[in-house]
Formats: sequence, C-alpha cells, structure tokens
Amino acid sequence: MGFPHAIHAREEAVLSRHFGDSNALSLDGWKQRGGYKALEMALGMEPAAIVNVLKESGLRGRGGAGFPTGLKWSFMKPGDGKPHYLCCNADESEPGTFKDREIMRWTPHALIEGCAIGSYAIGAETCFIYIRGEFSEPLRAVGNALGEAYDAGVLGANAMGTGKTVNIYIHKGAGAYICGEETALMNSIEGRRGNPRIKPPFPAVAGLFGQPTTINNVETLAAVPQILVNGAEWYKKFCLSNPKSTGTKLFSVCGNIAKPGNYEVVLGFPFKDFLYEMCGGPLPGRKFKAIVPGGASVPIQTPEEAEATLMDYEGFVAQGSMLGSGGVIVFDDSQCMVKLIGRFARFFAHESCAQCTQCREGTAWVTKILERIEAGGGTMQDLDTLLELSENMTGKTICVLSDSCAAPIVSGIKKFRHEFEAHITGKRCPLRSRSVA
Amino acid sequence: MGETQMVTLTIEGRKVSVASGTSILEAAKAAGVLVPHYCYHPGLPVAGVCRMCLVEVEKAPKLAPACASAVAEGQVVHVHSEKALEARKGVLEFLLINHPLDCPICDQAGECELQDYTYREGRSEGRLQEPKRFNPMEDFGGDVLYVTNRCILCTRCVRFMDDVAGEPVLNVSERGDRAIIGKFEGADLTHAWAGNVIDLCPVGALVSKDFLNKARAWELDRTPSICPNCTQGCNSIVETRDNFVVRTRARPNDEVNKYYMCDHGRLNYRWMNEQNRLEAPLVRQGERLVAADWSTAVDHAAKLLNGKRAVVLASPMLSNESLWMLSKLIRKTGGLGLFTVETGPEAPLLGVPDLALRAERAANVRGAEMFGFERSSSPLDGIQSGDVLVIADVGGMPLEIDPSALARASASIVIGTTLPEDARSATVVLPVTNVTEEEGTFTNVHGRVQRYLQARAAPGMARPAWWALGDLLEAMGDAAGYFLASEVFTALAGASPEFAGMSYESLGLKGARLQGSRQPAETTG
Amino acid sequence: MTPPGGETGSVHSPAHAPHGAAGHSNEESYQPVLLGGVRDELNRILERYPTKMAALLPALWLVQDARGWVSEHSMAEVAQALELTPAYVKGVVTFYTMYHQHPVGRYFVQVCTTSPCMACGAEDTVAALLRHTGCGELGSTSPDGKFTVIEVECLGACGFATPIMINEEFVESVTPDKVSTILAQLR
Repeated sequence: MGFPHAIHAREEAVLSRHFGDSNALSLDGWKQRGGYKALEMALGMEPAAIVNVLKESGLRGRGGAGFPTGLKWSFMKPGDGKPHYLCCNADESEPGTFKDREIMRWTPHALIEGCAIGSYAIGAETCFIYIRGEFSEPLRAVGNALGEAYDAGVLGANAMGTGKTVNIYIHKGAGAYICGEETALMNSIEGRRGNPRIKPPFPAVAGLFGQPTTINNVETLAAVPQILVNGAEWYKKFCLSNPKSTGTKLFSVCGNIAKPGNYEVVLGFPFKDFLYEMCGGPLPGRKFKAIVPGGASVPIQTPEEAEATLMDYEGFVAQGSMLGSGGVIVFDDSQCMVKLIGRFARFFAHESCAQCTQCREGTAWVTKILERIEAGGGTMQDLDTLLELSENMTGKTICVLSDSCAAPIVSGIKKFRHEFEAHITGKRCPLRSRSVA
Repeated sequence: MGETQMVTLTIEGRKVSVASGTSILEAAKAAGVLVPHYCYHPGLPVAGVCRMCLVEVEKAPKLAPACASAVAEGQVVHVHSEKALEARKGVLEFLLINHPLDCPICDQAGECELQDYTYREGRSEGRLQEPKRFNPMEDFGGDVLYVTNRCILCTRCVRFMDDVAGEPVLNVSERGDRAIIGKFEGADLTHAWAGNVIDLCPVGALVSKDFLNKARAWELDRTPSICPNCTQGCNSIVETRDNFVVRTRARPNDEVNKYYMCDHGRLNYRWMNEQNRLEAPLVRQGERLVAADWSTAVDHAAKLLNGKRAVVLASPMLSNESLWMLSKLIRKTGGLGLFTVETGPEAPLLGVPDLALRAERAANVRGAEMFGFERSSSPLDGIQSGDVLVIADVGGMPLEIDPSALARASASIVIGTTLPEDARSATVVLPVTNVTEEEGTFTNVHGRVQRYLQARAAPGMARPAWWALGDLLEAMGDAAGYFLASEVFTALAGASPEFAGMSYESLGLKGARLQGSRQPAETTG
Repeated sequence: MTPPGGETGSVHSPAHAPHGAAGHSNEESYQPVLLGGVRDELNRILERYPTKMAALLPALWLVQDARGWVSEHSMAEVAQALELTPAYVKGVVTFYTMYHQHPVGRYFVQVCTTSPCMACGAEDTVAALLRHTGCGELGSTSPDGKFTVIEVECLGACGFATPIMINEEFVESVTPDKVSTILAQLR
C-alpha cells in the first residue's frame, strides 16, 4: 500500500529516512535507529531550554499556517497551576496531502517521541493525538507504538524513570475535514460538533477543556526529536532560500504526474526541479496545466508561476500561492479546470461546519454555479457573481474554510478564464468528447 | 473586585465610554447605534456565527464581528462604511438564497429581522438560479412549530435550551447547507419556558402554534403589561387585534424576567377576552338582578354596608390601587380582608436567578398581604351573622361559596368581572375591568412594584375596581374618589411607608422595589 | 497497489451481527451495547478525559464497532451513559460522516472522488464499483446486502489514486479494471 519510493539523490531524508523500513515500526527497532535519545535528553533539560532550541532552529508549523513552533510553545506559561494540554493534529484531510499518514505508518515512534518532548516542554502531562477516523493504518501503527511505549515505561506516570508524567492518547476522528482546524479539533476531543471557535481566546490561554493548550501538526512534532539531538544549528542549515524558512519539509505530490508520492526536500528547493526532475514531470504526451501547491485551500498556480517558485513559506507567496500543507496537486492539459474547481468547491460545501452564514450557504451556492457552468448552462454574469461571492466568503468567517473554498475559484477564474468562457460560449465542456446531454 | 476600567471609543462618529470587556455591539447600542445582528442576543452566550454584525474597525486588517469583539481604547468603528455594508449585504444575500420568501403567509412578517435588514441593507434582487433547498416543517412540541425552510441557523433557540433552560433538547443536525435545527424523536419542547425560543427566533422559523395565522404583526396594538398569571410579575407585552388579546410576549426587564416569560404565562390569556362579562351594575329586585346605573348601584351598596362589617374576599389579581381602596373599606367598616389563590407546580428557569413560574398563580399576592388581607383556605368561615360579604373577583382565586356562609351574611356585594354561579344570590353587582382593561400596579414576589397599562377597551359600563370603590366610599361619607389610577397610587404611596416616594412616573415601565425589600438575589443567598 | 490481505492483513467484515439484525430494533427488543467488555472499555476511555462528554466520539465508535451502525436507541443509550441528552448526541452524530445512521452492507466501500483522485479517473472507478457490486447507485446497498458504495471526500491517499476503503482497510491505486478482482476476494 503506497510503498515509498527509493530516496531521490536530491531529497534530504530527515523525516522520511525510515519510510518503508518496517523494522522501524517497533520500539526496539526505533531505538536501534537512535530513537528516544532525544526524549531522554529532553526530560533532563529545563522545559524553557527545549523551547529555546526550537526557537533557534527556526522550525515552523508544518500544518499550513507556518507559525514558529518555539514561539508557540513559549506561550504556555509554566507554573500557572492549570493543567496544560498538547494536541497533535493528525487529522490530515487537506486534499492533496498525505504526508502525516506516511509518518504515522512508518515512524510512529518519531511522532510519539515528538509528542512526549512537546508535552514536557509546555508543561503538559497529557497529549491527545487526533487521528482522522479514515486513517485505519496510522491508527493501528500509532496505537501499537503507544502500547509498546507504555509497556516499556517510556510513557506514563514515570516516563523513562524520571518521575515525570507523560500520557499520550489517541483520539479517533469520525469524518470531518474541519476538525483539522485547531479549535474545531479541540471541540471534537471534548465530544462536541467540530465547530471552530471564535478567537480570542487563543488555545494557549483557553484551549482544550478551557485550559492552556498547544496544538502542533504531526510533521512538526516528528521533527522535534531530531532537532533536539542534532541541535538547532544543524537544522537551521537546511535552508536554500529565505532564512525564515529552515529545515526539511515533506511534500505530497499527486494528480497527473509521473511519480506521485512523498518527497522530502530542504526548504527553498526549486519547484521546477522538484516537479520535473524528482517527480518525473508530466505523464507521457501531456503538459502541466495547473499546480495547486499547498493543498486544495491555496490559490492555483500556472506552470510558469510554479516553475519560478522556490519551495518555502515565502517562495510560494511570491508566486501567487501558499505553501499550505505541502500537498502538491498537479493537473495536466487533459483536465477541465471548471470541473476540478467545481469539485474542490463541492468538497468544501460538504465539509462546512454550518456555523457561519457565508460558508454554509456560500460553499454550496458556488458549487451549484460551477457545476452549472461545467454542464454548459453558465453565463458570463456567473463569473462576476462567482468572484463577488468569493469576495464575500473571504476574511469574514470564524475559520478559513470559506476562504479556502474561494481561493481556487478566484485564482481559477483569473488564470484560466478562457476555459470558463469556452464552457459558457460553447454551452458544453470543450474537453468532453461526448456532447452534453 | 477593583473599579471597572472604562474604555473610550468612537462609533459612527460618536464618542462612547463603556466598561472594558464590553462588545462593540453593546457599546454601539450605548451610543445609540444599532449594529444589525441575528445570532447575538444579550441573554445568550455569544456564538458569532451569523456574521451579520461585521463592522469596520480602523487599522484592523479584517472586518470585526461586533458581537464577539471587545472594545479597545481609542478604537474608531464604522458600522455603515461601504466595506461593512457590502459585507452585510453579502450575508443577507446568502441568508436569502434558500429562504422561501413566503412573507405573505409568514407570521413573522412585519416583525422579522430578516425582512427589516433586507429592506435596509440588502440587495434588491436575488441571483440564485438553482432550485431552493427544501425541508419539511416539524412540530417541535409544546407551542413550537419549526418552519425549517425559513431558518437562518442563528442557533439562538439551541443556546437558549442549552444554557438558559438547562435542557438541551434542540441541536444543530447535519452540517454545511444541509444543517437544520433538530430534536430527538420523543423529546419535545415541553420545558415550561420553551416558548421563549419563538420570541428569540429573529425570523419566522420558530412560530407559535397558538398564534399561527391569527393576525399580521402590523395589525396588532402592543401594550406594556405585567403577566398576571403568577407572583413572579414577568414584564410582558399584551398584543391585541380589534380589542382582542391575541398574544402575550415577554418584555425585557433585567431585574425580573430578563427577556423571558414562561409558557403558562404567555398562553394563559384567553380569559382576558372572556365574553361572559358583567357589562352593567346590577341590583337585586326580588328574585332578579336588574341592570342599574352606577350611582344607583353604588348607593344601594353603600346602604347595605351602613353599620355593617364588610368581610372582603379579594382576588390577589387585583391591583395595588384596588386592594388599597378595599383596605380602606375594611377599615371603615371594621371588617376583615381575606384572599385565596390558585396554585400549581413551580417551574424555575435555571439560567436566570430567581425567575420561576411561581406556585401561586396570581400577580398580586404580595400586594394583598401588604394591604392587610389574610390568606385563608376557607375564607368564608369568618363571616358572622349580619356581616356584608364583599367578593372582589378579577380572577386568580378559586371560588367555592358555601351557601351556609352566604346565609349568615346580611347581604353580598360582588365587585367582579363576571358573576360566578355560586354568587348569584348577590344583592349588588358592580362590573369591573380586568388587567388588560385598566391601568394599575402589582407588587411581585420580590416586592417589586410594576405598572401595567390598559390594552383594550372595557366591556360595557365596567370600571376599574378602585374607581367603583372610590365612589362607594364617597357614598359612605368619605371624601371624593379618584379619577386616575396614578392619583390612587400617589395617595397610596403617601399612606403606606413601603411605597414612600413612589409615583407612576418614578416607577416608569421597569418598576421599583418596595422600601426595605431585598434584591431578589439576596433572598435566595 | 497491494491487494487486500497483503500488507496489513485481510479485509475484515465487521464483527457485528448480520446485516440488518439490529436495524429494526424497537423499544422492546433493543439490547444495550454498553455492557460487559464494551462497558469496561468505555470506563477505561473515560479515565483519559476530565469530562464525560469527551468520551462521546469514542463511545459512538464502540457502538458502531459492536452494531455496525448507530441507531437512535444507541444514541439515547450513549447519552445516558455520558449524562448528555439524546438530542445533543444526535447533533454530534450527524456532524461526523463516519457514523452510520442506518445499517450498511457487509462491505462498506468508500471511494475518494475529490479533485486529485477525480483527475486520475476516480469517476470511472466509482462506476465500475457500482456495476460490479450491483449497488446501482451511490449510498444504496446491493440486493445481496453485501455492499454499500459511497463517495467520500479526500481519504488522504491522493498519491495513490484512486484509494478506496473497504470497511477498515485501504486499497490503493484502484482502477476500473482491478475492481472485479478486488471484489472477488471479498465474496
């Protein structure tokens, strides 16, 4: 099932080194590969010292927002007398993204170790790993690994014999993309509908169960042990472009491309080389038409924009998009942009939590309009309407699901307007061989 | 607790100072600026979901939801800037795409916030070309009907049941544009206060089955009143059409009922429209009671009372004014005042301290007690031979008249809205108004004196009881009576230390506590 | 692609009663789920959380694992166990797509059709699955009660389009021509 490829020469396999190595799954196997040295080290350090290492390293959140991890941890005030929580966001559901799944499938102990270090660093005795319900294999792998870790005394009331308490539990999701939003995730753990919460208060003040909480993505936490063992300087050196973007990053690649899969590169890597060299370029006889570089929520890039991009937080923004979750979706010239964008919209309409008006009604409405255009029933007026609705759906809601729905529509109409117009004037999809019934 | 920190900001060009932590929406209210909103309600936890209250705050990157944004010093807020208006126009369009626009058959029309804001800020035409979503309506039980298609998912009803009623029987079901308000099969909105969700619903999604299709909002006359149905004294609005009470609803008063009114109170209004009313004074002529003019009847009654002891059985639904006048009659004749009161189960509203449907189901038990009436389960036992029985009945008291007690009395006078079967042997009958037909005050269970205004015309020759009693006392040799309820009240306040300093003006429409009566919160503390 | 039963063990049919057996329970015949070992498991889960409500999602999973779906009776039972109201529980159940509110086929087949998979031909895979299972249309159960096929939003295996999930197991890189082989292994 989705076996990883052999590591490409230009990859920098920090997180993915042991992908495909089933011996790395067990506690012993993980220890033989250097595992749990970081945790042992961490439990002997002052929490503040760990946070400083993270700050130094420049590690930024790998879930999408790119917030500096050390800074986030430093918001957790020690000794406030309240229980603290760490949440690990393993609700990977962003279309085009499947990197956390691989981390959990192959290196569950890397994640557990990262969670344990994070918990200790922020003064939390309890960590919940929120894994989406569909991820049966990661659920099993992490579950087994946790069992081993508890049995071996790595976790529990006397973690690694230090007298410190580190409890880690899996909380299994049940089918809701929006639970990847941090406050929705907390609501979901609390046994509520996965509705995002109004901020402030921010999680560091009042998060899970109303207590100070930090939430980190799987990839972020899995990187922590290596940073601790090898040092901030080591990690910081992984940087090919902007000094604010350090370290390695897993990119998931899917769609119409020769070699889909997960690739780990140093931030700042040229996107052109990545797409054509590492991932093998387009399928035979095809050309790239559009690239969505950071999961379905980010603006669509033209191949020209993509080829000019350096793969880091700033690099994608400079070329009209965002790094997002690192889920690279590639569409070639056989694909209908109207249909694909309509399908993205349908995804968001399906996943809207129903709280905010713009999102609940807007995501469903734009889906209907896009599907009508695709079916040949659109008008030029529809394009203006879509852009206006997108504007009304952007920056006005509790979370960004509505914005995410609008992003591919706005960028799609802007960059592929001719395709939309061809549907409208031809009253059918120009790429469909059969006529519209 | 330290002193409240004040924050000064500018809203629509008006400077306003409010306590720190206040929302922009409430600050705007204080400045006299209405920020359109749906999900926000001052009695409920903030949800921040309708996004209707988006306002522009200078120097902020995004529009702010006024309900969920705390004020900050020096903030400059624009409620009606182009950006804010555009955003709200967008919200209104989204809210309307699946809304049935069935205003012509919707009970909410005319008092609908979706209509109001659409007229004010919405688009003039819709752009949806696809079919609208359709969901069947659902009987939620109690008095509540859910017209699903009109729902804008503001969740006020859900939050009321969760956080105020403390009985989470409503939910949001499903998600995305499939979401609706749901309940569990077999668990209806039977909570004693559930009907408030109808008032809370800003649109026509939750409607009253009792009021369904009865009247259009613009045909109604609305009068501030006090619910007479228990001792709590919830502030209410009596709504009449063509002189008929068709609906009663809560009138906000933070000191008493916040925004709420119980189902018993709101639905128990039909007696106010009773058709078997006394419309003229009656005087006994042999076997028959014969209509008479007021002065004839009053003179007759005065004669009956001359030199006799008046045993007054008073309804605890009489106003303070009428009870006070009765107490004067009692003093004058050396008589005795008694009352009985209907009772039922008490039903508190958990989320509001000291708010309950009270066991005693009449508005002025406290007033009756203050004016010297004694609670009695068998009030007629005290009648001695030769006494005159005065029954002052405007409802709220169980009336079982033992013929033997009547036989002991030399005569009986009924001052009432109706003539009860048991009291048909009365010698004089004086027709009086009920709570909706007069102005007056009640004193509630916590000693709060509250005014109610006249909502409908009195039937026939009926007069407020205080008026009839004033005439009666005058006929018995007292000074002239009063022309206005306010005059009675001023006199009453002058004579009763607990009411010292009170007047209709000082009471306003929110009422005031009696001298020496404690805050409700203290009574439970 | 690895066929089912390869990498991660065989595709299990859920360990619950035959299709539909618990589907038509009524007041008299409803058998509580949270008894014995299941109850013990719930008690263990409760220890992890500071509130009872937090055990709601896990409790609903316990019910679905045992019964194959979550009936209204079960919602009421869970509500009682966690001191919630049935209406609250239902609001939560209907939020999450993985809780079945109706009985489903012995093999519950979810096919990802979100854009990346669609671009790789997911629609043809759906058509093939509907044809070969006899389900006819999305969401309905085949006449033999064996299969229910639904579309699902992104399964998080986009690089291995088209992924399908049969009960708890992923099968990746499913193309229309592989469908009959995959289904044959289940029958």
